[in-house]
Amino acid sequence: MKIRQGSTWRDVPIGGNILEPGTSTEYETGSWRSQKPVWDAEKCTQCNRCWLFCPDMAIRLDEEKKIAGINYNYCKGCGLCAKVCPDKAKAITMVSETEGE
Amino acid sequence: MAGVAVEDRKTALRVALTGNDAAAEAFRQVNPDIAAVFPITPQTELMHKFAEFVANGKVGTDLVNVESEHSALSAVVGASAAGARAITATSAAGFALMWEVVYIAAGLRLPIVMVVVNRAINAPLNIHCDHTDTMGARDSGWIQLFSENAQEAYDNTIQAFRIAEHSDVLLPVMVTFDGFIISHTQETLDLIEDEPVRRFVGEYRPEHYLLNAKEPIMVGPIDLPDWLFEHKRQNVEAGARSSGVILDVAKEFEKISGRSYGHIEAYRTEDAEIVAVALGSTAGTVKEAVDVAREAGRKVGAIKIRTYRPFPGNEIIDAMPKAKAVAVMDRSIAYGLGGGPVFHEVRSYAYERGMKVPMVSYVYGIGGRDISTDHVAAMFDEMAKVASTGEVGVRDRYINLRD
Repeated sequence: MKIRQGSTWRDVPIGGNILEPGTSTEYETGSWRSQKPVWDAEKCTQCNRCWLFCPDMAIRLDEEKKIAGINYNYCKGCGLCAKVCPDKAKAITMVSETEGE
Repeated sequence: MAGVAVEDRKTALRVALTGNDAAAEAFRQVNPDIAAVFPITPQTELMHKFAEFVANGKVGTDLVNVESEHSALSAVVGASAAGARAITATSAAGFALMWEVVYIAAGLRLPIVMVVVNRAINAPLNIHCDHTDTMGARDSGWIQLFSENAQEAYDNTIQAFRIAEHSDVLLPVMVTFDGFIISHTQETLDLIEDEPVRRFVGEYRPEHYLLNAKEPIMVGPIDLPDWLFEHKRQNVEAGARSSGVILDVAKEFEKISGRSYGHIEAYRTEDAEIVAVALGSTAGTVKEAVDVAREAGRKVGAIKIRTYRPFPGNEIIDAMPKAKAVAVMDRSIAYGLGGGPVFHEVRSYAYERGMKVPMVSYVYGIGGRDISTDHVAAMFDEMAKVASTGEVGVRDRYINLRD
C-alpha cells in the first residue's frame, strides 16, 4: 500500500509510515536549489569524490560508471561536490540557479 | 483454566493489593518486551514493584532506566516501532514532560500501554489526586480508560493490550487510576491465573515493524500539508473503531474473569430523576450515596464513565431516560470555559440528542480534597431543587471548597 494519485485517507498507510524502500526517487527535490553545480567534462579527472560525497545521489554516471554530470531533478544545490572536487581539477563550480536565464 | 470454575479461582486468587501493585501484577502476567521507567509520585511504587519482578526473573522484560519521562515514552515509542510490546507508567508532572511524545505515540499509531496514576499538576506543589494530568490529553488520540478501584486498575491494564494491538485500532491506551486513593490503598481484589491472562493477551505480532529485515519500512517521515490531514483523519477513524473493540475485548475478558465491563456503568438510573456522572474512585462514593438516597425513597442514580476516550456520549444519554436534572462531576477544571471538561462533553451530547434537562457542573477533589458520601448527598439535595424548578441556577459549583 502506498500513496498514489487519487489516494484518500482510507487507503494510505497509517501513521505516515512508508512501507516500500526507494520511494525517495519519486520525490524530485531539484526545485529547492538557489545555487547549482556546473560540471566541466574537460577538467574532470574522474576521481569520483563528488559521487562519493553527494548526499542525494545526484551525480550522474554513464554506462562505464564514469562521472557524466549532475542530475538536476534531485540535486538540492548543497555545494558539497564543488567543495570536494580537488583544487587541481576544479571541475565543478557553483553558480546562481538563475544564471543564464 | 480447564475444569476450574470461575468461583473457585476467585477464592483461590483473592488477594489484598494496592492499585499500584495490582497494575504491576497485570504487567507481570502480560510479560511485555520493554518497560522504560522514571519515578514520580504516586506512580513510583508501580514500576518499583515491576522492577522487582524483572530483577527476580519473573518476567523477560528489558527494563530501561531513563533520565526523564520524555525519554521514558520516547524509548517506548522506539521499542514499539521496532516491534516490541512496550509499557511505561507515570503521573502528573512526569506526564506533562512526556507531552511531545504523547502525541507522537498516537500519531505513529503505536499500541503502547501506559498507566497514568492521576495526580494534580503543579503549581502550587501538590502530589495528591485530581484528573488535571490526563484530562489534558483527551484530544491527543490516546484511548483512555478510568478505573474505580484496584480491581479495575488490574482488569483495565490487562484489557488495554488487546485493545491497543487490535488491527482495527493500533492506538496507544492509557489506563488511569486515582493517586493514593487507589494507588496506595490496599484493597481486596481477584486476580486471574497467569496462564489464562497470557492466553488472553496472546503473543504480540505486529504487521509492520522496523526490525523486520524482510520488509524495510520508514516510521515517522516528514508529513507536510499534503498528507498530515489524511493521517489525522485515520486517527479519528481508529478511535471510532476502538469503541466496538473495547466492548468485544471486555466480553472475552469476562470469560476468564467473571467480571463484565462496558464503556459506562449505569447504576440505578432506569427510573432516576436525578443522575450524577462521575469517573475514577469517586464513582464508588457516588454509588454508595445513591443507595443511601434510594433507601430514603429518592429516585437518584449514577453513571460511571470507564471509557473516557473514545467518549461514550450516546451511552451516557441513553442511560438516563427519566432524568430531570443531571450533575456532572469533574476532578479537573476547564479554565476559561467554566466547570469541568466532562460536564461540557456530556452537555454537548445532550444537546445533540435533544435532551432539554438542566445540567450542573460540580468540580470536586482538586489536589486530593476529600469527597464523602455526605458531600454527594448534599449535591443530590441541591439537584432536587434544580429538578423541581427546572432552573440551573449557578451552573459551575464546587464541592467541599471553602466558600
